[in-house]
Amino acid sequence: MKPTAKNDRIPAPEERLLLEIRDLVIHYETDDGTVHAVENLDLRLRRGETLGFVGETGAGKTTTALGIMRLIPSPPGVIKSGKILFEGEDLLEKSEAEMRAIRGDKIAMIFQDPMTSLNPVMTMGKQIAEVVRLHRKVSEKEALAIAGDMLELVGIPRERIHEYPHQFSGGMKQRVVIAIALVCDPSLLIADEPTTALDVTIQAQVLNLMKKLKQQFSASMILITHDMGIVADICDTVAIMYAGRVVEYADKASLFTCPVHPYTVGLFDSVPDLEDDKEELNVIPGLMPDPMDLPQGCTFHPRCRFAVETCRLEKPAMKEVAPGHFVACPVRAKMLREHPEQNAGNEGEN
Amino acid sequence: MNTAIEQRKKRTPLMEVLFRLKKSPLAMAGLLVVILLVVVALFANVLAPYSYSKQHLTHMFEGPSKNFLLGTDEFGRDILSRLIYGARISLMVGFIAVSIALLAGGVLGAISGYYGGWIDNAIMRVMDVLLSIPQTLLAIAIAASLGPGLFNLMIAVGVSSMPQYARIVRSSVLSIRGMEFIEAAHAVGSSDMRIIFKHILPNSMAPIIVQATLGVAFAILNAAGLSFIGLGIQPPYPEWGAMLSGGRQYIRDYPHLTLYPGLAIMITILALNFLGDGLRDALDPKLKR
Repeated sequence: MKPTAKNDRIPAPEERLLLEIRDLVIHYETDDGTVHAVENLDLRLRRGETLGFVGETGAGKTTTALGIMRLIPSPPGVIKSGKILFEGEDLLEKSEAEMRAIRGDKIAMIFQDPMTSLNPVMTMGKQIAEVVRLHRKVSEKEALAIAGDMLELVGIPRERIHEYPHQFSGGMKQRVVIAIALVCDPSLLIADEPTTALDVTIQAQVLNLMKKLKQQFSASMILITHDMGIVADICDTVAIMYAGRVVEYADKASLFTCPVHPYTVGLFDSVPDLEDDKEELNVIPGLMPDPMDLPQGCTFHPRCRFAVETCRLEKPAMKEVAPGHFVACPVRAKMLREHPEQNAGNEGEN
Repeated sequence: MNTAIEQRKKRTPLMEVLFRLKKSPLAMAGLLVVILLVVVALFANVLAPYSYSKQHLTHMFEGPSKNFLLGTDEFGRDILSRLIYGARISLMVGFIAVSIALLAGGVLGAISGYYGGWIDNAIMRVMDVLLSIPQTLLAIAIAASLGPGLFNLMIAVGVSSMPQYARIVRSSVLSIRGMEFIEAAHAVGSSDMRIIFKHILPNSMAPIIVQATLGVAFAILNAAGLSFIGLGIQPPYPEWGAMLSGGRQYIRDYPHLTLYPGLAIMITILALNFLGDGLRDALDPKLKR
């Protein structure tokens, strides 16, 4: 990784970049007011990389994902400004027909709940074959053959191709959803909390499958989750999202060993420790702000123990604190520069 | 593996519905009667002992006998033969009128429910205007303005029941539209039309099928009513409602002229209603195991 210094946006080694989001703003304009779902979001994803997208419910993770797909329900959703560069082209300037050709082919999405993301009156084979036929010029028979191959690839016997979703268990349905997502060999896979609706043992199976297939298909992946364990397991880089913005972006190792943003630190602190016998968990005081009425300046300042006067007034820009490690908190960045020993203890594990 | 389990797993949704329909004797009886009527209507020229217009002028107003199983009418025409040919008209009017209503109302309702917004508003307000007029009155108005005749009768009955179908289809589409698999269909690049016809409508068939089955009964009744007041099928062609109306003036002396067409209408309607009710239960997703 070659960091270019003195740039408050995330710099980009252009050649390997698959997706770059610049200054994305998405609002939901309701009768009661404007919901600032995504505010000035910057993000980038290199080819072959898995990006973990972490944040609380309502932080704007799913909205960002739907924004990339251009599937924001409109009305009330509006993409106000920004650029979403995918393979060098701005998705926001594509026509609806061009987007339809991209969806399911180059960018595929895995949804949260496998129970409801399959059509209950279509056989599994037909649902996979439909995607093939939408994007490739093949006959129904050939498409079904491909569907059968995909089923076997995700570990489901080919004979079950003619069965309906209600005959499958949750984990198997999610495997089929994965098969549908991968059947056209996408370069970007967006997985929106793919394991939240599954129980823990199945979660591990599905995650391993995704990890394996992602590699096999050499796809990049954006994994939306709020489970730090999953991030540690399969992500390469992590973006922490808070109230519509990315507040910290780093590779997994430096984020886990040396979290800088107060919110990220708070997230790690609130993970219960197996060896520590405590009555209560450490929590970040307060709640996420109402997205209709975001606080001035840094959106996290009302809950932040490091907050100073300028936090109330100025929106913090992303600053690089270490190679490839970006944080939207000048206060902590400065503290770290002046007292690098604060996090030095953790650095050894890196 | 256990073959019984294998069998159960292989069942398509349609087989599943038939399986559950079998558990309701009334619905099965209804289905049988409807199938019987369809067969009778299809093979009317083979089954009927006489032509529907053949007048036996020496046998007017005769009661049931060996030659005329259900007796004869005021022109000496065989009532059984006329009922058999009448089944053709009644079923045809019933099914085609419902098809017209379902097609027109279904497309309008689907567009309305899927796109929402001002399109929805415009379509549904027009439907509301049609709904605000009593259906029979509306059918009479349409039939009167188009003039009598079989085809016009179907249009009148169909158009007057269209708003109901539009409403039902719209509400099903609304409930399916928000589901995740529709979002997933968008995410793989399906177009709007494809989503409506391949994903939404097949999933909202249950209430539509039930309403259509009950609607056939209503359309037959409505058509009989229109024929009764002279706006439907014209003599000498037999239609149950027209036969009823023709026999009305002799009801005191020769009640069999009105009794048999009345019974035919009643049995048909009853059978369709039983079938519709049975289908409603069979298609109810809450009863799915």
